[in-house]
Amino acid sequence: MDRRSFLKAIAAGTVSFSLTPSGVLAKMPDGSKEFVGVLVDTTRCIGCRRCELRCAQVNNLPLPDPDDKKVFEKERWVSAEHWTIVNRHKTSKGTFFIKRQCMHCCQPACAAACPVKAMEKKKDGPVVWNPNCIGCKTCAFSCPWGVPELEPKPFPKIGKCIFCWPRLQKGLLPACVDTCPMEALIFGTRRQLLDEARTRIYKNPDRYHRYIYGEREVGGTSWMYLTAAPPEEMGLKREVGKKPLPENTTGFLFAVPYVLVLWPAFLLGVHKATERRKEVASKENEEG
Amino acid sequence: MTGSLISELKPKGKIITPFNVISGLFILVGIGFMIYRFIYGLPAVVNEAPGFPWGVWIGFNVMAGVAFAAGAYTLTFVVYILKNDLYHPIIRPTVLNGFLAYVFYAGAIVLDCGRWWHIYNPLIGNKFGVNAVLFLIAWHFFLYMLAELVEFSPAIAEWLGAKRLWKVLKGMTIGAVVFGITLSTLHQSALGALVLMAEPNIHPLWWSEWIPVLYFVSGIYGGISMVLVEGWISMKAFSDIIPEKFKKQYPNIAVGLAKFAAGVMFAYLFMKLLVLIHGRHWDLLLTPMGYIYIIEVIGLTFIPFLFFLFGAKNRSVGLIRWAAVLAMLGIILNRCSYVFIAYKWYVPLSERYIPAIPEVWIALTIVVAHMWAYRWVVRRMPVYTDPPEWAKEDH
Ligand code: SF4
Ligand code: SF4
Repeated sequence: MDRRSFLKAIAAGTVSFSLTPSGVLAKMPDGSKEFVGVLVDTTRCIGCRRCELRCAQVNNLPLPDPDDKKVFEKERWVSAEHWTIVNRHKTSKGTFFIKRQCMHCCQPACAAACPVKAMEKKKDGPVVWNPNCIGCKTCAFSCPWGVPELEPKPFPKIGKCIFCWPRLQKGLLPACVDTCPMEALIFGTRRQLLDEARTRIYKNPDRYHRYIYGEREVGGTSWMYLTAAPPEEMGLKREVGKKPLPENTTGFLFAVPYVLVLWPAFLLGVHKATERRKEVASKENEEG
Repeated sequence: MTGSLISELKPKGKIITPFNVISGLFILVGIGFMIYRFIYGLPAVVNEAPGFPWGVWIGFNVMAGVAFAAGAYTLTFVVYILKNDLYHPIIRPTVLNGFLAYVFYAGAIVLDCGRWWHIYNPLIGNKFGVNAVLFLIAWHFFLYMLAELVEFSPAIAEWLGAKRLWKVLKGMTIGAVVFGITLSTLHQSALGALVLMAEPNIHPLWWSEWIPVLYFVSGIYGGISMVLVEGWISMKAFSDIIPEKFKKQYPNIAVGLAKFAAGVMFAYLFMKLLVLIHGRHWDLLLTPMGYIYIIEVIGLTFIPFLFFLFGAKNRSVGLIRWAAVLAMLGIILNRCSYVFIAYKWYVPLSERYIPAIPEVWIALTIVVAHMWAYRWVVRRMPVYTDPPEWAKEDH
């Protein structure tokens, strides 16, 4: 995608914030201080599944058939070979479509759990996978949405949305954002996206439910959702909580160095004490 | 020396026994499944349900297996640090058992790792995930195996008749014991910490910030139960080589261990109660998941606790054995709960992970192979039998 069409994507439709491509994308690889993200406006999505197809093309995955509407009959979930999916939900506000993928958490449990830093949070926001992975699946176990998955192959990789990190580094938009004909996906920094989301809710109180899913979930995510009905009606789980999950293990990990130092000292102390007692006892035995 | 060594490596005793034939065939089929897994990948032998990354290998072999291996560090603490000589006769079998458990059950991790050819990455530093719990576990398993090997090594030196080496190794015991206890304290609880981050995925009756402590404490009585069950089997299987004085001593040891286990289980049950009160999920007790919780906590923890208590009081080794078996089942259920039973409990049964037969077969193959290795060592080295004259300890 060239600069011109990028400008078009940004300037089009209701996207009201001013994003200059050089302002965000050019700085991306060397780290602007902010995470980038995508705002998904589910009220605009028409369920064309072009994002699914483009994602598979860009990432060399098995190609889905976007015209197959039967897939909407059942709620689907992402997999190692299908990194993004569009679901249809009947809600109290009508029928809507929703694109799902990795949320690119601000403090991802998957990356915190990985023993070899194969799951990695880039300082620009995307959570990517590296091939030094050992396939232990702790990332999959820990993700609150169950996103990472091992490919069902003899020599598998972990498959999940990587926010088109190679494209972002070249200054391109994520493939799905680039391809969406409805501007249901808006790319920007997290802060800009939150401003935009609030503005939309404020300006169209009838169109949107007053909640930005992903603003606070598990400490905030890079991908965020606007919905017409309450998010749980769109399959967006509220039970994941607001706490950044890596905090759950910091207490334990903090204690490790203390145990490593104090425990041996204590054990050796007791050992010395019991040894002396034993010597005394055996001497008394001999004398007595 | 070499000649005798080769004869030592040969099987001892009768080769064709019902146990050997059945377990041998079992292992052969299991190895077949393992080869199949490495050639055709995990889905070839494992029931893969989307959203359930771990199954019986992690829940049963790794998590429960490591809890059962905790007997080694518990007893080395009692014998070498507290200097309680009552348990001295079982220290070698227990350390041997612990060492082999780590070798075989940590091996289960290799099976479960999708990208096993990279398994050494956390150790060689192809990126250190220093802040990841599993990174800590990988290193601890590795170092702990070394510590256990050092603790057991005098028996190997006695077997080989290496007197000088024996002195050196013997001198390293206390260091290895202290190191081993420290590592165990950390990685027993670290296995609990491994599931902490999956908070939204684990049923509220099971999840609590105290999981690492609960794992640590339940590991202690799980380890003691294992020592008791292992003693029970060994007394039968090796009755021809076990010295008479050990057989006489054994009821005292069993009663002592039962008292110890009962004490630890009391503490554990008390903590479970506090966690339950604190979590305020009473209502969930009367749901299907709640029943599993009740089976685990009442049926397979509280009941064996009572059995241990009365078994110790009446000096009934039979009751103590049953207590140990039930307590071990409780630990297996507990660990598997975290890994796949209470994990994503909201997923309907039809979409859940149910272990496949080859998978369970492999899990049990690991157990049987562990028994074979154990028997091989016990039949050769002074584990139950007395060490040679030159290696008599002064106490
Ligand atoms: S949604 Fe899951 S896979 Fe994606 S960043 Fe968050 S924890 Fe990682
Ligand atoms: S499966 Fe790979 S990426 Fe996931 S936690 Fe394990 S090593 Fe890290």
